[in-house]
Amino acid sequence: MTTSAFDSYRPPEDEGRRRRRSGVRASAGAAARDLARGGRSWLNRDGGGRREAPAVPDAEFSAYYGRPIIKPVPWKHEIPAYLFLGGVAAGSGLLATGAALTGRDVLRRNSRYTAMATVALSGATLVADLGRPERFLNMLRTVKLTSPMSVGTWILSGYAAFAGVATACEVARALPLPDRGVVALAGQALELVDLPAAVGQALFAPPLAAYTAVLLSDTVTPVWFESRGQLPFVFVASAAMAASGVQLVLTPTVQAGPARRLALLGAATDLVAMHRLERHLEDLELLEPLEEGEAGRKLRLAKALTVAGGLGTLLTGRSRLLSVASGAALAAASALTRFGMVEGGIESAKDPRFTVGPQRRRLEERRAAGTVHDSIVTVR
Amino acid sequence: MGYLARQLAGPTDPAPDAGWQHPPARKGFFTDTSICIGCKACEVACKEWNALPMDGLGLSANSYDNTGDLGASTWRHVAFVEQTQERIAAARESGRRLVDLGMPGVGAPAHPPSPSGGAPAGYGTLPAPVEGHGPDLRDLLAGVGGGAPQPPTEGATTVDGTPMVGPLPEFRWLMASDVCKHCTHAGCLDVCPTGALFRSEHGTVVVQADVCNGCGYCVGACPFGVIERRSDSAVSVRDDGHVPSVGVAQKCTLCYDRLTDDQTPACAQTCPTTSIRFGTHEEMVAAARTRVAQLHDQGFTEARLYGANEDDGVGGTGSVFLLLDEPEVYGLPPDPIVPTARLAEMFRTAGYAGLGLLGAAALAFAGRRS
Repeated sequence: MTTSAFDSYRPPEDEGRRRRRSGVRASAGAAARDLARGGRSWLNRDGGGRREAPAVPDAEFSAYYGRPIIKPVPWKHEIPAYLFLGGVAAGSGLLATGAALTGRDVLRRNSRYTAMATVALSGATLVADLGRPERFLNMLRTVKLTSPMSVGTWILSGYAAFAGVATACEVARALPLPDRGVVALAGQALELVDLPAAVGQALFAPPLAAYTAVLLSDTVTPVWFESRGQLPFVFVASAAMAASGVQLVLTPTVQAGPARRLALLGAATDLVAMHRLERHLEDLELLEPLEEGEAGRKLRLAKALTVAGGLGTLLTGRSRLLSVASGAALAAASALTRFGMVEGGIESAKDPRFTVGPQRRRLEERRAAGTVHDSIVTVR
Repeated sequence: MGYLARQLAGPTDPAPDAGWQHPPARKGFFTDTSICIGCKACEVACKEWNALPMDGLGLSANSYDNTGDLGASTWRHVAFVEQTQERIAAARESGRRLVDLGMPGVGAPAHPPSPSGGAPAGYGTLPAPVEGHGPDLRDLLAGVGGGAPQPPTEGATTVDGTPMVGPLPEFRWLMASDVCKHCTHAGCLDVCPTGALFRSEHGTVVVQADVCNGCGYCVGACPFGVIERRSDSAVSVRDDGHVPSVGVAQKCTLCYDRLTDDQTPACAQTCPTTSIRFGTHEEMVAAARTRVAQLHDQGFTEARLYGANEDDGVGGTGSVFLLLDEPEVYGLPPDPIVPTARLAEMFRTAGYAGLGLLGAAALAFAGRRS
């Protein structure tokens, strides 16, 4: 039903599945998104084939030309990879110590090697992100409790030290050592430090798994900052899930009982914590970055894999093949969760809606409650 | 309040907290956007003095603002906001609402300056110049074109109830020079894992490019989107084409090098309209309060201060702004919180989660041996 010849050139209106927001915000938000996508807005309003161009330019901006207000962290895929590997290392450390204390030799060996390999790899991804190894060492010149990254560097280093000793014990045990001589003495010394190293590794593991949530939350990135109450639980659950998933793949079912139980606890906690996080962000109208685009796809897949892997672990029992499949699914789910959370957060920083919206809302709530002393805007 | 308690949130004088013995008075900017003419002299002076590389010279297709935002190589940025009558009315109402809400009026001048020129001012007129700053443009215009004041059209009044003269303008440009806020509690400074960012004796926040390891964490911790890692796409201003400090974080230093020689920062020194003023933080906040009172008397109820409140989410900013609309219109956050203000809460939650993980692992091994 065109009313003029020009209307026939007008592209069909995009009936997106997003609920439409009220007039002004919708237009400004859509203009902002258009601008971010490819410089299209009502200023060159041929609509660009995506949405119907408004008849009159909307003069009211909720943000400055749709430009982001805050800057996204300049992190590439190394950081989510680092988070995932750190999680696997932490969970493996706990499994290794538990196995050492309960005399499960294969589980102990496998999880110690896994812990060492992943903590080394996570250090490598951190260095890859920074560009040069000296830049990692640069962080070890200071201890700064206000910086989760500084705290995390020390946690990672402490964990790596204990994991290194525990791995050395494991290697010494695996090698045919001579009965006497210096090498034999070293072997005996390692046997002595085996237990302290295992305990140290277990004590450094929970902070290693949990601090990464603080690392993300202690930024102004809306999704990460606002999920500060739930993200640590998501991340430790994810770490437990990933590490026990890896052991379900590597370790024979006869010794993998604790890994199966930890996997189930991890998967269940992950689902609950993630659900709570989503509800919380939905209340703040911040869920969109975690639902849309690449991040949304990854998080949906992660959830499906968590459920599948969890059910697989629960039902398959001692079938080796199905154990391997479930374990792999859980580890993949953990990796996808990390990537999805990081990417979704970065997306949320790029759109001024997600910066202005929650801030504006909490400001209005405070003002409605009669609290006006703590605003950044003052009169007189 | 104890030393530790004031480190992450709340009002404090940052330089003594950072360990400076007998520091000089805290320094800061007052950027009065009501008299900014958008000449961008501050941007240029900043680039010149600090030898900042050229970054992304192009057309934004939005306005005369081709700089876009603050960044690693843009330490002053002039925003251009085009507004229609409707939006001006909304800005005026939102300003009046803030007054009615009883927003902090701390330190309001006991004797607000009476509007110069005698007749009540209004929206059909220009804002009066700053005290002692040349002739009043309104007097000049009145001399030229039979300046009999028009009758009030809307029955609107100033915040003090004086009736206003003239209709709202059809259109206006808001120009505003933005800069690093040099927050009392700076997120960038607190999260820096290397100590590359430090608090100067003047209470400002400065980056040491040679210590920075380029992790980019400060970028995510700034609630105003100021600090940025310099990318290699920048074009150098040097003859040899070398771009300095690529891959490390950069931002306004409040001309630390000039301050140590008792000089004024380049942007403030070059500003032709005194829109950018520099001085001790105390003076700047007082000047800002006087100016906003003056504008309110003239009927510009949309005038408001940004960052002058030490109870806000960043403990008050070192750079104070006078705005003529909501902060987000200028690309400023309406209610910024420095993320480190919640750090204790975050570490506590992470602690519970960590204990949970330890418990879960213990539980996993507690079962029968299988």
